[in-house]
Amino acid sequence: MNAVLTAVRHEIDGMNWKRKAAWVVVIFLLLQGLFLTGKRFIFGLGAVTNLTDEFPWGMWISFDVVGGVALAAGGFTLCFLVYVIGYHKFHDIVRPTVLTAFLGYVLVAVGLLYDLGKYYNVWHPMIMWNPHSVMFEVAWCVMLYLTVLFLEFVPVVLEKFKLVKPLKTLQKFTIPLVIAGVLLSTLHQSSLGSVFLIVPEKLHPLWYTPILPLLFFLSAVVVGPAMVIVESELSARVFRRGLELNILSELAKYLQVALFVYVGLKIQDFFVRKVVDQVFTMHYESLFMLLELGLLVGAMVILAFPKMRTNSRGLFWAGSLVVIGILLNRFNVSWIGMQRGSGATYMPALSEIGVSLFLVTAGALVFYFVCRFFPIFPAISEEDTERIESLKSRKEKRLSAQVVK
Amino acid sequence: MSKAILLDFTKCIGCRACEKACAEEHRLPDDPPTDKLNYKNYTVVLQRGNQYFRKMCMHCQTPVCVSVCPVAALEKTSDGPVIYYPDKCMGCRYCMMACPFQIPKYEWEKPVPVIRKCIMCNKRVAEGLETACAWVCPTAATRFGDREKLIQIAERRFATFPGKYVEYLYGKNEVGGTSVIMLSGIPFEEMGFRMDLGTTALPELTWTVMSKIPNVVMTGGILLGGISWIIHRRMQIDQEAHSHDKDHGNGKGGGK
Ligand code: SF4
Ligand code: SF4
Ligand code: SF4
Repeated sequence: MNAVLTAVRHEIDGMNWKRKAAWVVVIFLLLQGLFLTGKRFIFGLGAVTNLTDEFPWGMWISFDVVGGVALAAGGFTLCFLVYVIGYHKFHDIVRPTVLTAFLGYVLVAVGLLYDLGKYYNVWHPMIMWNPHSVMFEVAWCVMLYLTVLFLEFVPVVLEKFKLVKPLKTLQKFTIPLVIAGVLLSTLHQSSLGSVFLIVPEKLHPLWYTPILPLLFFLSAVVVGPAMVIVESELSARVFRRGLELNILSELAKYLQVALFVYVGLKIQDFFVRKVVDQVFTMHYESLFMLLELGLLVGAMVILAFPKMRTNSRGLFWAGSLVVIGILLNRFNVSWIGMQRGSGATYMPALSEIGVSLFLVTAGALVFYFVCRFFPIFPAISEEDTERIESLKSRKEKRLSAQVVK
Repeated sequence: MSKAILLDFTKCIGCRACEKACAEEHRLPDDPPTDKLNYKNYTVVLQRGNQYFRKMCMHCQTPVCVSVCPVAALEKTSDGPVIYYPDKCMGCRYCMMACPFQIPKYEWEKPVPVIRKCIMCNKRVAEGLETACAWVCPTAATRFGDREKLIQIAERRFATFPGKYVEYLYGKNEVGGTSVIMLSGIPFEEMGFRMDLGTTALPELTWTVMSKIPNVVMTGGILLGGISWIIHRRMQIDQEAHSHDKDHGNGKGGGK
């Protein structure tokens, strides 16, 4: 116990004020989350949400579930590239990505527990089947994919504790596991789009399209790598480690293609369904659609410059725009576009946002600690060290240049 | 034969006897009348102009709520009623989200809430009785019977009383047909019933996608497995050819 305390004291002493401030915020977010959790489970959904009979799905579905699943898509896209088609260049970032996907899905599951009225019945889809229900498919995919992600992540733990035998056995199943993961993700990502196929009378025509499942799948393929880029940048800062810049630029090329296909299909779909004029009515829905498209196009513009694609700031910006753009898409489908048709307006209560923030913070914290105690990021090889040195010196040069200015 | 309810709003006198009978039959709280369906009632009587009308679950022939419920907590019985098993329900509220008539209501204030909606007195119906609301209605504005027969009766009224009705039988074809059909003297939109719901049963929209899943999984699995096998095989051959001058990074997924 004492040893832990001393270690913590050391840790705190070693922090600069920025890190200290960040921890204060984190602790605040955790505490308010715990409080709201208590409130939610003691007094029910009505006490913490603005949900109504007319608008039964809110922030927790839009952000924690529909959004969260999309943001966890890096796991399957990267695993596909590395293990299925053998693109080993990305091998080094598979682990952090799988970890993120795993934690992401755990968060989705936990978020779902907050949202389900009878959360203790969450396992019911296992024995009470209704194969006609998209939600049934979603439930099964989440359960199975969580298992797959867990198995994909276990090697890290085994490695840490040097359990060679089970590690070897598990590694034999890498490819089948990855394939299962890719298939499950494909189903799952698209099925979240299918969830909204049943409400043609409620979802605004800008978003309601028969190809909703396809669009959801493609946008997951888009946002996956973007999320990997953003995450690598952020964790590079937090852990003060070098950035896999060449890997990320490579990933950006792939992101570019995916973006092109997705945005192209979306626009083509407007024409096919003859709703092009609706995009520009400048009504509530049209503005949100334009914003959604604008963010993605912005990212495409940034990525069009090779210079931006190979520089950490350019990558970060492009990645962030894509992440926000796709997240906004999920909000639009499950929230903004649903309001007029349901005859209701919905704004999340502060406590709904509070719970979402709490979940994200908790997830990030777990990520942080797992990274500190397990070999998640690649061990730094000599080549990397050189790269980091050169990065550092470049940064110093830039700093001194700024000072001179 | 599937049972149904015929509502002839031109005959409704607004006595609210149906609300009361329903509340008694299903032990609902005896609250003062409201103008909105909520978790404390299964039906409400409302007024638009000088016509009274009722709101209740439509007991669709191909109900959306039944098709979307992941745990089959809702069921369309062969008698006609769409019933609910609270013990199965996990509270995802997809039924509320998806119902085109926005019928299912939720007990938002309770820590462990359930869905509430009219269940067409399924127990009475199974015993061969009328629903409580039909049984109590003094003017037969609410009438219980076989769906086909009620449709015939309703359509005959258009001819017998020209000019009395807007000549539209609501529920005959809406979202594939419902087990509650309605006649009105004023346009249905004015009472808030949607006329734009179409005549296809909505569950078909998702079923066209859902039914493809086994295929996707099979083809996808074979395809991905095949691709990965071919690529790794090729790499292996490559590697053997170059013996050891490739960097070790490729060794991992080497298919050994
Ligand atoms: S009206 Fe709504 S709740 Fe009633 S059967 Fe139809 S879909 Fe289900
Ligand atoms: S809330 Fe209950 S009844 Fe409604 S869809 Fe979900 S599990 Fe089924
Ligand atoms: S059919 Fe039964 S449950 Fe439905 S409104 Fe009438 S009395 Fe109530």
